[in-house]
Amino acid sequence: MSATALDSPDVDVDPGLQEQFDATIAAERRIEPRDWMPEGYRRTLVRQIAQHAHSEIIGMQPEGDWLLRAPSLRRKAVLLAKVQDEAGHGMYLYSAAETLGADRADLTDRLIDGRQKYSSIFNYPTLTFADVGVIGWLVDGAAICNQVPLCRSSYGPYARAMVRVCKEESFHQRQGYELLLTMMRGTPEQRAMVQDAVDRWWWPSLMMFGPPDTDSPNSAQSMAWGIKRHSNDELRQRFVDMTVPQAAFLGVTLPDPDLALDPSTGRYRFGAIDWEELKRVISGAGPCNAERIARRRAARDDNAWVTEAAIAYARKHEARS
Amino acid sequence: MSARAGWPLYEVFVRGKRGLNHVHVGSLHAPDDEMAVHAARDVYTRRNEGVSIWVVRADAITASSPDEKDPMFAPSGDKVYRHPTFYEIPADVPHI
Repeated sequence: MSATALDSPDVDVDPGLQEQFDATIAAERRIEPRDWMPEGYRRTLVRQIAQHAHSEIIGMQPEGDWLLRAPSLRRKAVLLAKVQDEAGHGMYLYSAAETLGADRADLTDRLIDGRQKYSSIFNYPTLTFADVGVIGWLVDGAAICNQVPLCRSSYGPYARAMVRVCKEESFHQRQGYELLLTMMRGTPEQRAMVQDAVDRWWWPSLMMFGPPDTDSPNSAQSMAWGIKRHSNDELRQRFVDMTVPQAAFLGVTLPDPDLALDPSTGRYRFGAIDWEELKRVISGAGPCNAERIARRRAARDDNAWVTEAAIAYARKHEARS
Repeated sequence: MSARAGWPLYEVFVRGKRGLNHVHVGSLHAPDDEMAVHAARDVYTRRNEGVSIWVVRADAITASSPDEKDPMFAPSGDKVYRHPTFYEIPADVPHI
């Protein structure tokens, strides 16, 4: 979708409707499902909410890979609960997208066909159990930075879904950090595993906030509509500032020689992000893109008989009663 | 049409605890009412958020127009005498 398409006014729209919409946004009140809204607003929301939902669903895979290999029953129970939460978050978000007239099954098809995206972060592999901890700490930590402001998004159902998601993300981040603290108290090999996982996930975590503000064409409109509350770079900076002291407490280093506190601002300066890598991974050439989509496709196709059988059963019972 | 599209949409309402009303929390697709309740438990009450769940087919709900300027809500706009603050009572009257 081009910025021009977003900016162009809807044709044949009662100007009173546009005025009422603008006034609602300006007054920081929420837009609700059956309100009139500009087509661009609806399209942007469907795209963003669907992408968010897809990220939650695909996000089950990297950690799901460790469910059968968790080192203890406690860690397995925690990881199961976390992966189940990701499924739940996906459901809240698909539910919000449907209030805009989208169809859940159609959105899944779009994900599988590559017409809609999901977060680039889930295209990296989880090589050791330390990755589970680092995902909780860094990836969910970044997700929290992104999602907390979305609790004030102008679209009511999206904002409400985000409130539920954020409540649960806090558990995700804390279990990850606790896991890492435990490993750091372990053997030298375990500490090395944690450091290795941090080295691999740090830069991709910073990329989760999206392209730099200078290269984010739709951001300004999204912020004007109150769909987005802060710019990508602003949120990324906030994440770095929160995370550096946590890394120090943990006893790991972050793989950035340029990372340093700027005494004049109290914020951390960090090195240049490899935007080419982000583009590569988003466009499908990351280490696990093909595997993630293949598994989602298999889940849809191989389980189709279950959904068909359930509806056939329901119809049979309806007919009898 | 995909199989999933054949599952109707249900709206989900949860009673957070005894003494509170059921509140709308979201929606889901399910093949029938019973499965909808089970799915609602898994999706919306993983952390003791509820003691009771209602599900209702979305196509069974009739709603007013959401427009605030709708004449539907106009009659309540100009009847200030329905509010207790409309009545002036001297400040020294107790318990009123």
